[in-house]
Amino acid sequence: MNFPILSSLILLPTIGALFIFFTRSSEKNNNTVKYVALFTSFVNFFLSVYLWALFDQTTSEFQFVEDRVWIKNFINYKVGVDGISILFILLTTFITPLCILSINNSIKNRLSEFLLAVLIMESFMIGVFCSLDLVIFYLFFEAGLIPMFLIIGIWGGARRVYSAFKFFLYTLLGSVLMLVAIISIYWITGTTDVVELYKIGIDVKYQNLLWLAFFSSFAVKTPMWPVHTWLPDAHVEAPTAGSVLLAAILLKMAGYGFIRFSLGLFPDASEVFTPLIYALSVIAIIFTSFIALMQEDMKKLIAYSSVAHMGFVTLGIFTLQQQGIEGSIIQMISHGLVSAALFLCVGVVYDRMHSRLINTYGGIVSIIPKYSVLFMLFTLAALGLPGTSGFVGEFLILMGAFKDNFLVAVIASLGVIIGAAYMLWLYKRVIFGKLVNLELKEMVDLNKSELFILTCLAIPTLFFGFYPDPLINTIEVSISDLITFYNFSVVNN
Amino acid sequence: MLNLELVFPEIFLSLSIMFLLILGVFKKDSSKLIQNVSLIILLITAVITFNETISVSEEKLFNNSVIIDYLSSFMKIITLLAAFLVLIISSAYLRTFKIFKIEYPILILSSVLGMMIMISSNDLIVFYMGLELQSLALYVLATFNRDNIKSSEAGLKYFVLSALSSGLLLYGCSLIYGFTGSTNFDVIATQLNSNEYALTFGIVFILVGLAFKISAVPFHMWAPDVYEGSPTSVTLFFTMVPKIAALSVFIRFLYVPFLNLIEQWQMILIFLSIASMLFGAVAAIGQTNLKRLVAYSSISHVGYALAGLATGTNDGIQSSVIYITIYILMNLGLFSCLLMMKRNNEYYENIDDLSGLSKNHPMLSLSLLIILFSLAGIPPLAGFFAKFYVFKTVIEQSMYFLAVVGLLSTVVAAFYYLRLIKIMYFDEEKEKYDTDHSLWLKFSLTASTLLILIYFIFPSQLIEVVSRINIIQ
Repeated sequence: MNFPILSSLILLPTIGALFIFFTRSSEKNNNTVKYVALFTSFVNFFLSVYLWALFDQTTSEFQFVEDRVWIKNFINYKVGVDGISILFILLTTFITPLCILSINNSIKNRLSEFLLAVLIMESFMIGVFCSLDLVIFYLFFEAGLIPMFLIIGIWGGARRVYSAFKFFLYTLLGSVLMLVAIISIYWITGTTDVVELYKIGIDVKYQNLLWLAFFSSFAVKTPMWPVHTWLPDAHVEAPTAGSVLLAAILLKMAGYGFIRFSLGLFPDASEVFTPLIYALSVIAIIFTSFIALMQEDMKKLIAYSSVAHMGFVTLGIFTLQQQGIEGSIIQMISHGLVSAALFLCVGVVYDRMHSRLINTYGGIVSIIPKYSVLFMLFTLAALGLPGTSGFVGEFLILMGAFKDNFLVAVIASLGVIIGAAYMLWLYKRVIFGKLVNLELKEMVDLNKSELFILTCLAIPTLFFGFYPDPLINTIEVSISDLITFYNFSVVNN
Repeated sequence: MLNLELVFPEIFLSLSIMFLLILGVFKKDSSKLIQNVSLIILLITAVITFNETISVSEEKLFNNSVIIDYLSSFMKIITLLAAFLVLIISSAYLRTFKIFKIEYPILILSSVLGMMIMISSNDLIVFYMGLELQSLALYVLATFNRDNIKSSEAGLKYFVLSALSSGLLLYGCSLIYGFTGSTNFDVIATQLNSNEYALTFGIVFILVGLAFKISAVPFHMWAPDVYEGSPTSVTLFFTMVPKIAALSVFIRFLYVPFLNLIEQWQMILIFLSIASMLFGAVAAIGQTNLKRLVAYSSISHVGYALAGLATGTNDGIQSSVIYITIYILMNLGLFSCLLMMKRNNEYYENIDDLSGLSKNHPMLSLSLLIILFSLAGIPPLAGFFAKFYVFKTVIEQSMYFLAVVGLLSTVVAAFYYLRLIKIMYFDEEKEKYDTDHSLWLKFSLTASTLLILIYFIFPSQLIEVVSRINIIQ
């Protein structure tokens, strides 16, 4: 075995966090800890790019696999990546340094603790995406609750306590059922190794219940209607960096889980429950889009739009078409970039005006032009304008959906229109119009670091919008093999 | 020929207790000396017991009424170490209340002796003897701060209720004796006749008595009051040490004589377990006193330990033992934090007193944070693994209802642990607490926190140690 690159990816942020922990202290060395955090997360990013460069796109086998005995005769520490997971790791390592960079003045007290939480969070998130053992996956999946709870609770807004509790308890409630299912899988098959489980499969008679148990966890995390209500609260109250992490990466854990576990381990049950997913996804798309239309609070609006976007993702995954699943993954990546950017955009004006209400703003296009341009780009990406990554994802999902179920696809397409409506309306109300609030005249345009962060997010959004091939090539083989495998087991049973 | 060296730990401990008593009477102001000597005695006893485990696999003495095997040695060592730590971290607390007296270590030693006898018992009479010895010492310990009304009330309450439960237990013993003709566990096992309903009654009565000692719902009523009223150091002792002994008696009693009657007692155990988990979780939500809250949380933790026992397998026993071990570790950390919340010779025990702790005492609150998340069972902390092993064995036996209820009650329980974290981290700060704690207190907090934190790196070790416990042959 060569250099354990995946374990390094997981461990590196934790080591950085330990470093911060031991150098922690007064306000003076705030910059030092920030540089340490930035350095670690950038190194991690380059390491993951290196991983992508080494990654073999022609096979759906798991690569860079590390397999060590952890609990004897029971669980192995097993990590590895395939085409499905590698992009999420890249997304995580890409978003985290930007997140850390974005903390300029928004977080004044306890900066080192905040960075500690963010870095540990990064470790857990990478762990989720590359673990190949159900118990290890659960460990990382759940452990992420602790730092996120603290991020929302300590550095959040006025109703932070309520939101943090809601976030924690909702997710925990969903997850404990998954734990029961994981242990049951162990007793049914004798292993929790995902690769092994793909080979031996799980008896059809157990699949439905197990699927539901996994679903309960992923549905909360996605979040799907009707268990999405924690998300707007958590988003609104979390500090900007927290919202970014939450929207860009945490929500993707569930989408990833659906592909990796629900489809991979329980194909027959997935077939049974596809109508349920379709129904919930379509409701999420239409219903939450309408809710988003009516929001007064910018963050809340974007949070509801996230729910709608994730509705597209779940819809795409369960079309079980090549395009559908590819679209879902690209949509997740794109949503990761775009929602992160949108939350940062809200953060930018919030730092200046201390208000997230839409009616505070209006007519600021001539005051902060750079901001307005970038904000427009991300608005358009969020509504899926051709030429942005959002379009590629939505288009592929709808294509897959049309192949599978015409009615669902038509309704979902209507959702795209409402999506355009609320995003454009938001943009119009915030940026254009008459300048009523005279305080807005004092606003300063983007500073260097904000400009840098938003540009960093804008480049891949546009690049993958015009040229999604690098993404598609990476995931293509893994997905087509997954679908072949899926159809094979569904037909055989 | 009797192998007296096998009970050498017990003999040594009882002789030491007598010696200490005499020493205490004849030498003035000897409380510090006696405290130190007791600590050494506990350590020596632990070492001797540990030596036994290497040579002995299973040995029975005194007409098979005492058993020395791996379970008993393991539980005894944990008991002794826990008692050692309790004793060593409580001295500052006792000094503050001016109850640093010679009786305190001696009473702790006597109750430990009683527990060791309980753990080793293979006979109803021996078991009862040990139980009474430990209980009598515990009654006095509960009232140890005798000028305090609450402490006296706690002791009296504990005494009355415990006497009642001992009565029930004795009645159960007599029923069993009547219908099997023996008090010895091995003989009872061969004389079983499952058609005898009275035998089931006997089991039920004994289970009631034991459930009382371990404070499982619905026999938990005494716990919150006694835990609140007793001096904090005694509460620490109550939440940890008697539970170990009671749990091992549970194991021995259910799995040696009555394994074949598993249908009769399994439902009772499942009920005790579910009721404790749920009730402990729900009732703790409304508490404002930290010690009461810990009482309810310990009730719910006992429920998890019993869930492992309800399975009727060796794996189940082992998971319970692991659970109680990790639980003790977490409780030790939790109480070390409680004992650190002191300002101007006054200890604070309301949950509001935690308010804003993270700003004044970042390290203390970080430790408490880790301990609380671990108690709530969030991975990757040790508390998660404790629950994980238990539910692994529970699900193996297809007891899905128990598993699902248990895990759902962890969500409820998570709420009140989160509330403490919220108060520590999200609320406004108050006055600072003292920081000049004894070295041992700091040590026990750091050690327990670190062990909880890094347990996930070496999870196999504890399993390996415990996997030698095989009660069912």
